[in-house]
Amino acid sequence: MNASVTDTYDNTVDDPTRPQELILGGQDFTTITETVSDIVLERKTPLAWYVAFMFTSGLTGILFLMIGYLFITGVGVWGLNNPVGWGWAIVNFVFWVGIGHAGTLISAILFLLRQKWRTSINRFAEAMTIFAVICAGIFPGIHVGRVWVVYWLFPIPNYQAMWPNFRSPLLWDVFAVGTYATVSLLFWYMGMVPDLATLRDRARGRIQQLVYGVLALGWRGSHRHWHRYEKAYLLLAGLATPLVLSVHSVVSFDFATAQLPGWHTTIFPPYFVAGAVFSGFAMVGTLLIPARQWFGLKNIITVHHLENMNKIILATGSMVGFAYATEFFIAWYSGNPNESFAFVNRAFGPYAWAYWIMVTCNVVTPQLFWFKKIRTNIAIMWVMYIFVNIGMWFERFVITVSSLSRDFLPSSWAYYKPTLVDILTFMGSWGLFFTLVLLFIRFLPMVAMAEVKTVMPIADAHSGERRSVGDYHGDIPAHVRKGPGGGK
Amino acid sequence: MSADNKQGALYGLLTEFESPSLLMKAVEKVRDAGYSKWDVHTPFPVHGMDDAMGIRGTQLPFIVLVGGLTGLSLATLMQWWMNAVDYPFVISGKPLFGIPANVPIMFELTVLFSAFASFFGMWILNNLPKWYHPLFTNRRFRRATQDRFFIVIEACDPKFHPERTREFLVSLGGNVVEQVNESAED
Repeated sequence: MNASVTDTYDNTVDDPTRPQELILGGQDFTTITETVSDIVLERKTPLAWYVAFMFTSGLTGILFLMIGYLFITGVGVWGLNNPVGWGWAIVNFVFWVGIGHAGTLISAILFLLRQKWRTSINRFAEAMTIFAVICAGIFPGIHVGRVWVVYWLFPIPNYQAMWPNFRSPLLWDVFAVGTYATVSLLFWYMGMVPDLATLRDRARGRIQQLVYGVLALGWRGSHRHWHRYEKAYLLLAGLATPLVLSVHSVVSFDFATAQLPGWHTTIFPPYFVAGAVFSGFAMVGTLLIPARQWFGLKNIITVHHLENMNKIILATGSMVGFAYATEFFIAWYSGNPNESFAFVNRAFGPYAWAYWIMVTCNVVTPQLFWFKKIRTNIAIMWVMYIFVNIGMWFERFVITVSSLSRDFLPSSWAYYKPTLVDILTFMGSWGLFFTLVLLFIRFLPMVAMAEVKTVMPIADAHSGERRSVGDYHGDIPAHVRKGPGGGK
Repeated sequence: MSADNKQGALYGLLTEFESPSLLMKAVEKVRDAGYSKWDVHTPFPVHGMDDAMGIRGTQLPFIVLVGGLTGLSLATLMQWWMNAVDYPFVISGKPLFGIPANVPIMFELTVLFSAFASFFGMWILNNLPKWYHPLFTNRRFRRATQDRFFIVIEACDPKFHPERTREFLVSLGGNVVEQVNESAED
């Protein structure tokens, strides 16, 4: 952006005397309501939506075909071999669970940290969390081999009078991911109820009124309700914060409690959590950029929001890079030959190609976000998000496969290759993910309207009066509120 | 909404405001006038409204605490009884019941039950879901979830008087004062 005077307000400028405005374009409560709810209620569904939906539901069909084929034939249809008993199924599981973490981080952790910019993107990110966890949940379910006894995962009384082994991290995973999916869904739905009530009150079709009316639970914006609602929101945020940190920690225990070199490390929990947030933010960005473009949300999801996300990607990407370096250092410093071999093998062995894709995408490219020009350039950041998505999938591939394929016994070493079924199943999971995202965009409010309204300067009940500094809602004092967002 | 209310009894009177700051001043006056059966309806939680209305804290955190303790006890009992009592088996040399290996599930179920308690507890305390409410019969009130701010004083309030309360609401300076009946007229 050059220095010429334009009528567009640039809210990415860092001026410490003036807080950036979060919502642009001179919006008030009415325009926010219209912009978001008209996407669902008034706008004609674009043709591109139908085309995309046909394509993604076709891919979803392939997913279920592949699962059916797997169930009929057995896990031999996958590329698993003797040392590599965990292939793409576990890689995809960890990948998808990780994606979900950004949603919870935005909805819970940024809420506790009073990051007001989260309100524009939290609904979308939470939806993405739930869809990603659905995709993740499929893989452990189908890779158990004997799917007809998959209920053994749960403490359900059965004819053998046998209970699951609670001392196994695989069972911890069942509880961690199950709790995570449930709490995310509750949080998402609770956050959406006031907006569903808005849709109910604006809907003109009978079916829309009925469906949104039932889903809105009779919400009528009573402040006596808001009072308890905000308390419940705070409590859920407080509960979801340690939960999200625990989920990927428990996922990492699946690896870390094994004896295998390259897996048996104490760095795994924080390293996995940082990686999960990193990949999740990249996925939120991948979806948000087209969504804000196509649905006219550029004034609500501004470049400032995207820039903040890029800063988090830079921070978590650097943590991931630091973790890679620490792993190597400890492998050497421990003096353990098996451990040293595992890491040299990772970087220079048969899977070196995957390792260097991972390093390039996760460690090298995110460092470009140090430059503000790149951090605020929509096209470049979108390409970077794609890189991160690829890199983080490869990270899980490298961890899972490189350690397994060359374990303690050289005579059993083998190279793992996925089959077509592996590839189609993974592509199918993308189909399912995007199908759910498309349905969400079409039928539910994409932006948390009620929450966005609270961070607008006009939401401040004491506007025009002297007010205390550092107040939570509406931190922009009246004397600097001269931008286009300054009321009606 | 016509003035005559042959259909159903009077529910209350509502008045509408355009902005949170106009609303806030009016709310303080209603509180100071000593009404008890009244409410404010806003599209988003207006900051500072708790004090302006004189709402005290909620017991929700205690419900959540009970939920969390239930989850924690259930997880502990379940793991102990299932792995150490009902079907004991030794695996990887781990004790049948030991805190470290059982902590993750204790934590997860604590969070799960606390989350259920805060979600369902909040709706129960709020007396929701409730798909019919007299206020829904008022067309103007539909903007309470969009861009308008309402004060409603219920007819069952001991201080309520059809004329005097109406005059009081008019004096607050809102857009309009309207009557809401218990059931729809159409």
